[in-house]
Amino acid sequence: MNHQTQLNRRLTWIWLALMAFTILTYAIGKSGYAGTWVVVLLLVTVFIKGHWIIADFMELRHAGLLWRVLAHGWIILVSAGILVAYMMGMK
Amino acid sequence: MNSTVKQSEITTKYHLPGDLAIWVFIFAELLVFGIFFLSYAFSRAGNVELFNESQKMLDTASGAINTLLLITSSYFVVRAVTAIKSGDAQRCVNWLAAALLGGAGFLVIKMMEFADKISQGISLSTNTFFMFYLSMTFFHFMHVILGMIILAAVLVKARKGGYSATEFSGVETGASYWHMVDLVWIVLFPLVYVIR
Repeated sequence: MNHQTQLNRRLTWIWLALMAFTILTYAIGKSGYAGTWVVVLLLVTVFIKGHWIIADFMELRHAGLLWRVLAHGWIILVSAGILVAYMMGMK
Repeated sequence: MNSTVKQSEITTKYHLPGDLAIWVFIFAELLVFGIFFLSYAFSRAGNVELFNESQKMLDTASGAINTLLLITSSYFVVRAVTAIKSGDAQRCVNWLAAALLGGAGFLVIKMMEFADKISQGISLSTNTFFMFYLSMTFFHFMHVILGMIILAAVLVKARKGGYSATEFSGVETGASYWHMVDLVWIVLFPLVYVIR
């Protein structure tokens, strides 16, 4: 199996996993479950999906440290902010 | 001699796909969307009941299908990039066309959602939730259109033989922008449609 086939196979698995995580997110929404731990779970899936898009789809895995820090930093800051705001709303 | 070797090691070790300018643009866009998302989240903290009640009026299935469409479209673009890197311009064109179809599907579903809300008399001034929902999703909608214009331009150039296994930076540039549109939606969908 050459390098190209191997890469395509990896990318296909990532695509399928992204689809599965999306269906999970939808199922959580439909179930009506709510609360801090549900939001933490949703944000963890956001981070995992975001990581794959950044590292593998955008190919920033091979970019300089600055670009990776900026991209992952964006998703971490936004997710953390959403969690803090959610917890503030629970009071 | 020694420094040339080091230089080439650096260029093979680190590779920023596409044009540097697109990355500056991408991060400017991410900053704007990030501010939008956090504004929504903190506004919600002060109006939890209103946001939860209004959110029930959204069609979660449409949001989920649109997420699947964007992810799939992004995957097709990735395949277009690997195709051109192996020198297969025709396959690159085919994957780009498929990606554009995914983007078009997203636009159709989103327009149906907008039409549904408008027919219910919902507008920007209905309440804070819908002000955010309509403005954020419309802003993102415009980015899908821009992304599709960029991909279409790349497709046209690829058809004319403008890219090859050694010259594919333009394909990467268009691809990177399209993935940004996907990345933003990955956050927007759970934030606005699911978290309650």
